Amino acid sequence: MSIPLYQMQTTQSGIILSINAGQELTRRMAALGLRPGRQIKIIRKAPWSGPLQVRIGHTEIIIRRGEAEKIEVEPT
Amino acid sequence: MKRLALLGMPNTGKSTLFNRLTGAGARVGNWPGMTVDMLSAKVLLAGGMVELVDLPGIYNLHGFSDDEQVVRHFLSSQPVNGLVVILDATQLDRQLNLFLQLRALQCPMTLILNMADEARQLGIHINQEKLSAELGCDISLVSAKYGHGFEAIRKALEHLLRTAPQAMLAHTEALHSDEAIEAELDRIVSDTINTPVVLPPNLTRRLDRILLHPVFGLPLFFLSMFALFQLVYGLGTPLQNGLSALLGYFNSDVLTPVLRHAPTPLTSFITDGLFNGIGTVLSFLPIIVLFFVFMAIVEDSGYLARAAFLMDALMARLGLDGRSFVMQLMGLGCNVPALMGTRVMRSRALRLLTMMVIPFSLCSARLQVFLFFTSAIFKPFAAASMLFFLYLTSFAMAFLTALVWRGKFRNHEPLLLELPPYRFPTTRQLLVQGWQQSGHFLRGASGFIVAGVVLIWFLTHVPFNVAPASPATLAGHLAAWMHPVFAPLGINRLLSLTLLFGFVAKEIVIGALAVIYSAGEKNLAGILAHQIDWVQATSFMLFTLIYTPCLSTIAVLKQESKSISFTLLAVLWPLGLAWLVSFVFYQTARSLGW
Ligand SMILES: Nc1nc2c(ncn2[C@@H]2O[C@H](COP(=O)(O)OP(=O)(O)OP(=O)(O)O)[C@@H](O)[C@H]2O)c(=O)[nH]1
Ligand SMILES: [Mg+2]
Repeated sequence: MSIPLYQMQTTQSGIILSINAGQELTRRMAALGLRPGRQIKIIRKAPWSGPLQVRIGHTEIIIRRGEAEKIEVEPT
Repeated sequence: MKRLALLGMPNTGKSTLFNRLTGAGARVGNWPGMTVDMLSAKVLLAGGMVELVDLPGIYNLHGFSDDEQVVRHFLSSQPVNGLVVILDATQLDRQLNLFLQLRALQCPMTLILNMADEARQLGIHINQEKLSAELGCDISLVSAKYGHGFEAIRKALEHLLRTAPQAMLAHTEALHSDEAIEAELDRIVSDTINTPVVLPPNLTRRLDRILLHPVFGLPLFFLSMFALFQLVYGLGTPLQNGLSALLGYFNSDVLTPVLRHAPTPLTSFITDGLFNGIGTVLSFLPIIVLFFVFMAIVEDSGYLARAAFLMDALMARLGLDGRSFVMQLMGLGCNVPALMGTRVMRSRALRLLTMMVIPFSLCSARLQVFLFFTSAIFKPFAAASMLFFLYLTSFAMAFLTALVWRGKFRNHEPLLLELPPYRFPTTRQLLVQGWQQSGHFLRGASGFIVAGVVLIWFLTHVPFNVAPASPATLAGHLAAWMHPVFAPLGINRLLSLTLLFGFVAKEIVIGALAVIYSAGEKNLAGILAHQIDWVQATSFMLFTLIYTPCLSTIAVLKQESKSISFTLLAVLWPLGLAWLVSFVFYQTARSLGW
């Protein structure tokens, strides 16, 4: 079952299945560790539809909901 | 001369390493994108001088934001003897990707894995021999911040220089496909790096739970900023009083006796002009240095990136993003580096809108003016509240500006930002920061301020046969000419003159005041309190806060936007806004009978 990243619950983990963004954004995401096959965890979500804080390996990043919509994950 | 370039992802410690090796003063901060321009310095390696170049961080070789362009332009135009690649040892699972891409440049490389201290704490084990064999290059595991592993770095750099005696241009056209690299990356990482499956509980995560709390996060942020300013104020004021007392003794016990027999205009020029002007500005040195040291702690703590997280929802509604807010915060020190810092933004519209709001940040130069005015006109508690009100106004003006102009600078830039772990600067880093800021301040004082003070002394004293600063002097004529604009704001003739000088740099304002009223710091406050009431003072401060910060800011706005019409807009809009806000405030206050 795959869902967009932003639909995952806080503290839930998942595996990234695919990223449906343009080339430039996909590359930027890859540089930050957001690639298919990597495990990702939602640490917290900012209120008022602010960004998400996620962790991949030892990297923590913040990502807006709009971008999080482009990442398909399978919750584990 | 041989040349080596430091390359790596943002926030991996390139500038820290660069400073350690060369003794230079590149800005360091726990924020990806601290360095946005190249900086080079010389270092003695293998018996010869070598040029070392510190570059902005890059995520990959495809980026096209202005800071990444600096790197690309450097690589394609400047021959190098080798590349020194610096990666964060705790994040090799993604950062090695960059190293693998850089191989396509076909330059000799050496790899430095920094933050060894943090890697050890996290229990990460790196098989250096195996990794070195896999990558086919030297590897040094170091800690640039604490100075560990520098013999290894020197050896590696010397080895690099020996293997590549000839400087060469990087092959920036040939880039491998990223997919092949990613497979290779995963294989190398799983073969050579050992990471504990469960993260040990650490300070960063515990602090984040409090500081990024959905409800208390923002209030805590503003509370801690407020506490910080109170601390600077509380610690700095006694130091300032001490310094200005010392300067007073110097005047009465040294300067006056020495100049006893000098002709009157000369005495006046030296004591009323140079000494009062510069001395008054100088008395702010302790508070400003203290302020910058605290700013350095904030910048190095990693809290800035958290501020971006907390504020992004609001900033998005203003057409900006969390990073714009961080740049506003950096602007509290000085607007110039904050404007340069917007280079990390890829969308031009977002960048321009951010550059429009940064000049409203109440920078340290304006802080001097306000410290002086508030303490001269208000009782201590009211003075502190007034200062706080001015900070609030500065953010309100920035947000208002964004609201008004967001339609013209519409953008859809994605926000992807690393949250680095919390860090604390070493005493050494803080001392260096304090030392550099003092130097900066004093150089500023010796340039602009002396020139400004000298000029204003002439304006207020020529012709010599009339009373200084009276309507018959040059200054008096100038002020009369500006009078119709400033009278409705309650800004008197003499004060309006200082605004003219404040256009060049805000540091001059107080120096100019001291010259105009021919008084040192202590007396000036008393004179001022007699001349103007709190409504006039507030109107003057509001105008000073909102109108153009200084010439350097304008120059950087022009340089970074490469657009004259944008620069004009960024100068005229605040000018108009300043007039309007002061006008509304002054007239309302007066009509209420204050
Ligand atoms: N724990 C630890 N922190 C370090 C080390 N080296 C640098 N830092 C910290 O890492 C942060 C980033 O350092 P910088 O030198 O500004 O990094 P940079 O690579 O120049 O960053 P950009 O200019 O943004 O690309 C700062 O907070 C440094 O104090 C290290 O060896 N150990
Ligand atoms: Mg740097």
